[in-house]
This record gives sequence, C-alpha cells and structure tokens, in this order.
Amino acid sequence: MSIKVRIPQPLQKITNGRELVDVHAADIKGMIGDLENKFPGIKDRICDQSGKIRRFINIYVNEEDIRFLQSGETGLKDGDEVSIIPAIAGG
Amino acid sequence: MGLTEDQIERYSRQILLPGVGGKGQEKLLAAKVLIIGAGGLGSPVAAYLTGAGVGTLGIADSDNVELNNLHRQIIYSSEDIGREKAAAARIRLQKVNPDTKIIPYVVRLTSGNIMEIIKDYDVIVDGSDNFPTRYLVNDACVLAKKTLVHGAFFRFEGQAMVIKPNEGPCYRCLFSEPPPPGAVPSCQEAGVLGALAGVIGLIQATETLKLILSVGKPLIGEMIIFNALEMSFRKVKVPKDTSCPICGEKPTIKKLIDYEWFCGITKSRKEA
Repeated sequence: MSIKVRIPQPLQKITNGRELVDVHAADIKGMIGDLENKFPGIKDRICDQSGKIRRFINIYVNEEDIRFLQSGETGLKDGDEVSIIPAIAGG
Repeated sequence: MGLTEDQIERYSRQILLPGVGGKGQEKLLAAKVLIIGAGGLGSPVAAYLTGAGVGTLGIADSDNVELNNLHRQIIYSSEDIGREKAAAARIRLQKVNPDTKIIPYVVRLTSGNIMEIIKDYDVIVDGSDNFPTRYLVNDACVLAKKTLVHGAFFRFEGQAMVIKPNEGPCYRCLFSEPPPPGAVPSCQEAGVLGALAGVIGLIQATETLKLILSVGKPLIGEMIIFNALEMSFRKVKVPKDTSCPICGEKPTIKKLIDYEWFCGITKSRKEA
C-alpha cells in the first residue's frame, strides 16, 4: 500500500528537509517501521522505548486520530494520508 | 449601556455585520479577555481585540521587549526595547482605543497565582512560548471552567484550537503530557517567520471575537494546522479523551503542576 506521510517541521531534520514521504505499509506500525528503514532514528523520536507513541505526538490517518481508531494496528489503504503532529509551544 | 456617537462611528464597520450590530458591540465592550504572553501571538491578538473594542484586556507577560522581538511582536517600537512588555503594550494599545481598559500583569504565571489572575476573565488566550506555561494554563482553565483559545507555532507551521471545558476536549485530550526537557528544539534554536505568528494570532483573535459575539462555529473538537510553506490549512479531529488526566472520567491531576522550565530560565529567554 502506498501511503503519503506528512512529517512535521521538528522531525524534518531526519527526513532531509522533506515534508511528504512515501511509505509502503498496511498499518501504522508498518508505516513507522518503513519510515525507520528510510530515515534511521525517526522511530525513536515518535515512539518511546516500549514502542508506544509518545504522549506529545499524535498520528492521524487523514483527519482521524489513531488513538480513537485501532492505534498502531489502524489499517491503511492506498491513497491515505498520514500526518504526524507533535505538540509545539512557540508563541 | 448604549453606544456613544464616537463609538458608533469607530465600530461602524463591524456593527454593520450580520450577527454583530449595536448589541454585539456592547457585548464586546463588556467582555474581559486575558492574553497570556505578549509576544508573537499575543501582539496581534491584543492589537485586534483592542481595535474591536473588547472592554477589558488583561496582558500577562514577565519579559522585557528585546530587539529580536520586533520582527514579529508588532505592538512594540524600537524605543520600547528594555521596557516591560505588558507596560509597553498598555501605552501603545491605549492610544489605539481608549475604550479598552488594559490591565498589565508583569508576572510569570505559576500554580500559585494563575487561578487568581484568570478568575475575572471570560476568555483566556494562550500566546505563551513554552510547554510548562501551556499545560499550566490548560489545567487552570479546565479547573476554573474558563474558555481557552489555544495557539502555537514552530518555524513555518502553527496550530490553533478552542478549548471549552465540559463541552469539548482540552489540550491534554490532544497531548496528555508535555515533552521532556530537551525533546524538542528550544525556542531560541527554532526560529519563526514573523508573519506566521501573525496568522496564528489572528486565528486566535477571530475565535475570541466569535466567542464573545456568539456567532459562527467555534474551533472546538478540532485543531487547525497552518503550513506557511505550502500555504495550506488543514483540520484534524480532536475527540474528548475519556482517559484525559485532567478532564476525563477519572482525572489523575487534581491540582496544578509547575513543570520544570526548559526553554531557558535566564534573562535571555525569548519568545520563539
């Protein structure tokens, strides 16, 4: 499944400045795995040591928060857009 | 209350609007809004709310104006450098509109003073520049059941949402805990496009005016994300989280928390 992932600005250092990244994955866990293959180090920024998504980062499939879907097992289909959205604090 | 001739003329362009009228203008003149942080977000919020004739505007900021603030903090002038922001803002805004009573608070908000400061206000606008203050403000607004207009930015991107305790999700429903110190680049390292701060601040100002006037649909239960590089707005859904540590079914946070400052604690701390 070809999925577009939107990388937030705080993580774009790891993706060499790229905002939109294509991954092949059937669910969110697979997406994070494929992202890590392409951009080593990014998983650590998104997940804690136990593999859970950090509490100041959310992942959305289209406009739905995966915490209210099936979390890491949330399925993905062709054409879905996944957004990684961290808390930001600038004012 | 009744509007004076001068007021009718001053606010004529918004009094004309459907849903505003003289009654709406009177609501604005009676409204009390507290702006937390008079920086990149707080400046445009304060300028537009003053222009619109919000009757009482509290401005809380403990910092002084610095030269590097001026590219985005549009209510200050070069001559304000070194002055307390809340005091400088008051002088400037008073010239814009004498109808607005500006109340400066030159204090850093803590668990010890925030409840007392927010208690007299109808709407709280968060324009602070660090996570400890943002979580403190969210929690205080949930506990005091105050409507909070959230906005934040990072480089070329910004977020905004309206938090109405009891009715919709709070900031912890969205992000339950702040990042640990060092997990995100500090304010000073990150940088920001000045106009981006303006866009987000004006979304906050717009939502505040809508709330006071009871017009339109407030940004509750969803977050708007603005990307200046793509010039795109997106919305994502923000459901109320039944396991939210402060507004969920079994709250674990029952009193306010002073998180460790990690966006610089020295005099050189700056708004991002």
